[in-house]
Amino acid sequence: MARLQLSGLTKTYGDFHAVAGIDLDIAQGELVVMLGPSGCGKTTTLRMVAGFVPPTAGRIRLGGHDITKRPSWRRNTGLVFQSYALFPHLTAAENVGFGLRMRKLSQATIAAKVAEALRLVRLEGLADRLPRELSGGQQQRVALARALVIAPDVLLLDEPLSNLDAKLRAEVRVEIRELQRKLGLTTIMVTHDQEEALTMADRLVVMSHGKVQQIGSQRDLYEHPANTFVAGFVGRTNFLRGRVESPGLFRSQSGLAIRCSKAAPSAGGTLALRPERLSMAPAVSAADNAFPGTVEFASYLGGILEYYVRLTPQDRLLVQVPNRVGDPLHEVGDRVFLQWPAQASLVLADDGGSTS
Amino acid sequence: MLPDAASSVEGALPLEPASASFVDSRLIGRIALLAAAAFGYAVILAPLIFVCWLSFFSNEIVTFPPSGYTLRWFARIFDQNNFVSGFATSLQVGVAATIGGLLLGIPASLTLARRRFPGREALNTLLVLPLVVPGIVAGTAIYVFQIEIEIATELPLLGSRAGLVLAHIMITIPWTVRLLTASIAGFDRSIEEAALNLGATPLQAFLKATLPVIKPGIVAAALFSFVISFGNLEMTLFLVAPGQTTLPIAILQYLEWRIDPTIAAVSLLQIVLIAGGMLIADRYVKLTRVL
Repeated sequence: MARLQLSGLTKTYGDFHAVAGIDLDIAQGELVVMLGPSGCGKTTTLRMVAGFVPPTAGRIRLGGHDITKRPSWRRNTGLVFQSYALFPHLTAAENVGFGLRMRKLSQATIAAKVAEALRLVRLEGLADRLPRELSGGQQQRVALARALVIAPDVLLLDEPLSNLDAKLRAEVRVEIRELQRKLGLTTIMVTHDQEEALTMADRLVVMSHGKVQQIGSQRDLYEHPANTFVAGFVGRTNFLRGRVESPGLFRSQSGLAIRCSKAAPSAGGTLALRPERLSMAPAVSAADNAFPGTVEFASYLGGILEYYVRLTPQDRLLVQVPNRVGDPLHEVGDRVFLQWPAQASLVLADDGGSTS
Repeated sequence: MLPDAASSVEGALPLEPASASFVDSRLIGRIALLAAAAFGYAVILAPLIFVCWLSFFSNEIVTFPPSGYTLRWFARIFDQNNFVSGFATSLQVGVAATIGGLLLGIPASLTLARRRFPGREALNTLLVLPLVVPGIVAGTAIYVFQIEIEIATELPLLGSRAGLVLAHIMITIPWTVRLLTASIAGFDRSIEEAALNLGATPLQAFLKATLPVIKPGIVAAALFSFVISFGNLEMTLFLVAPGQTTLPIAILQYLEWRIDPTIAAVSLLQIVLIAGGMLIADRYVKLTRVL
């Protein structure tokens, strides 16, 4: 049975649907990342699971028990706040021990568990420091230890890396992931940073305007996005508007006849092309799709090369090619042929109002 | 600096800066500002300093310069029944008004600082109004109000200790709320949520997470309330029962039939008490932020 089940979870404020019905089953030990732009409802969902926001409709089940109506202090969830929310008048050790004191454990047990938790997040020497005497990264680790030490049924992370500088972020996300795996904690993480999400998740839930757009693994979302929003939000994509003229043929608004998979949905109005699926050739070849274009912008990024190639007055596509020894380096103004296989043409339905 | 470098080099620049007159005028400006500030301080502090100095003069009829110094006026204070009982009453009323003001003010400031509700601005203004009403007007109004209540309900409100304390709470609440709101404004709400999430009930979260953080604001509000209540004269004049007196009123009454340094001695003690209270309060919440 799933460890955490959200069924039809909804939150409305008057006419505004902050969360419009989420169904999600999370297995024991799984790290699910809710990904989306600000205002998409991911944080509201997290706060409903934590017990700070009463749902308008729907159910939350934890380990089989319905906790929807339970107040926050009677759910065994551990929340790490974006601002860390450390108690400023308590030392790091006292902060970490707070949840244990609320559970009325013995002093000796608390001391032992606090020491263990601080060791897990590598803060052993700083137990007696006050939050204002700690760096941002150290405060975050105290917040993490404080949530972990109570052995929560679900660990909730609210944009845990957003207040850290870039270099620290890359290290800390790996640390958190390893810690989570080691302890086997069922975890929900909320973020707007897709790189973070892709690195850490077992599964991703992409949200927009309160609705779940797609749930799946990194590969599912990248290679088979459900709509234009997911395609645009996870990784970079080129979009061409138009329609499916006949099975296997997509006619763009600018007039290009593009071959796509015969199974493409006929209601699709947008064609998505991943930049790394496109390649550049000096002359027409036998590829499914080959169009002449002009290089308008070139970036040398070391391991990869990026080009913006204009095919028509309306269509300029981003192309990404690996920088292989022997391959030509194109320059602005070069005339090239852009080519790609039919399977790379993803025909998508619109999500009803975001990317183009 | 090389010695005599300028004099030994031909065509050397003069050692004084070229903008000498500019520096002079800046200096004059600074001096003028300091002088004005000193004058302002002198005008404000001179009476206080003089009163304190006077309390040590040895002559009963004040002459200047004094013929000697003594401490006997301080001893006389304790002979005066009025001063002693007045001090006791002021102390009791001050403490009671402070506690009452905090019990009302803490929930009021928490709500005002955090929730948006219809009438919030109106309530904010209402809580500041007592500062605007002159003491005598307030005293008269409350006096009449107490008479009406007593007629209607038979409650012995007029001249009662409770009635006096309630009136003092009214004048201290604006300060309590302002000081507390200033302290709460810097308080991160997610700290309370963190406490709830870790298993604290709302009451526990308030006691263990919120209260310790707003404690400086509470201490400052308490001290300031006490100081305001202790020093109040005009309103209190109307509301004390016959025979009952507070320290400021006792001082006023003494002055009606005697002028000797005893009064200066009492004033010195009151100044020390109030100044001490303000200084301690300032350590908890910077009063310049609120006043």
